Amino acid sequence: MGGLQIPLEHVLLLAATLFSCGLMGLMLRRNIIFMLMSLEVMLNAAALAFVAAGARWQQADGQIIFLLILSVAAAEVAVGLGLVLQIQRRFKTLDMDQVNRLRG
Amino acid sequence: MMESLFYIAALVALVATVAALTRSNAAHALIYLIVSLLAVAVLFFLMGAPFAAALEILIYAGAIMVLFVFVIMMLNLGETGDIRERQWLRPRNWIVPGVMAALLLLELLLALRHAPTLTSGVAVAPKDVGLALFGPYVLAVEIASMLLLAGLVGAYHLGRRFIVRREGRSN
Repeated sequence: MGGLQIPLEHVLLLAATLFSCGLMGLMLRRNIIFMLMSLEVMLNAAALAFVAAGARWQQADGQIIFLLILSVAAAEVAVGLGLVLQIQRRFKTLDMDQVNRLRG
Repeated sequence: MMESLFYIAALVALVATVAALTRSNAAHALIYLIVSLLAVAVLFFLMGAPFAAALEILIYAGAIMVLFVFVIMMLNLGETGDIRERQWLRPRNWIVPGVMAALLLLELLLALRHAPTLTSGVAVAPKDVGLALFGPYVLAVEIASMLLLAGLVGAYHLGRRFIVRREGRSN
């Protein structure tokens, strides 16, 4: 199966909506786990826009940028979840408003 | 007819994402997030990017979500976390940034309306992706590998102290 001919602006519209959902989540949640999930959603929306552009011009570059975004997301989540464990151990909370003092 | 598959998957992705980010229970949110990632993988496949679709399922819905599951299990939040999260989700905390983000989205949607064009409808095979990846983009591969190494070292450093302290406390 090849691919479908879909209006590019519909895909970009979906990517923009997903991105703003992630941005909303990042702003309105105070739990750091949900903030990390929102970051994942935002990165995924950006990747969707890149793959759509790659499909529009029939080039492999979009999927390669998707690979790079994937590695960025993996590294970010690994470090972020390590930080979550440290924050829970030191402050006994996941509320980012109470973890505003960056001293050990 | 086939195009409706795309719109159904897009709807699933949107609904699952909104549901994931408004749950108060982290484990339930994670399941919705996995559904959303699977729907985006379907979108990739339908747009003619099968390699990206496979990686989306393997790495996003597989590896990264498993990391989240492990951390949620280690934190062991339970019912108290559920109640506390519901208290944190009061509307007065998020209504103003929400309205402003919605305005920015509206502007973006209006700007996107003036570029009517179709995707090519031809799949880009994994072979082409691999050829481009190790041809002109080989430096990007090296940079990604260094980034992953830095992430590995950082995660090990942060997590190791957690594990050592927990073992010391149990003794």
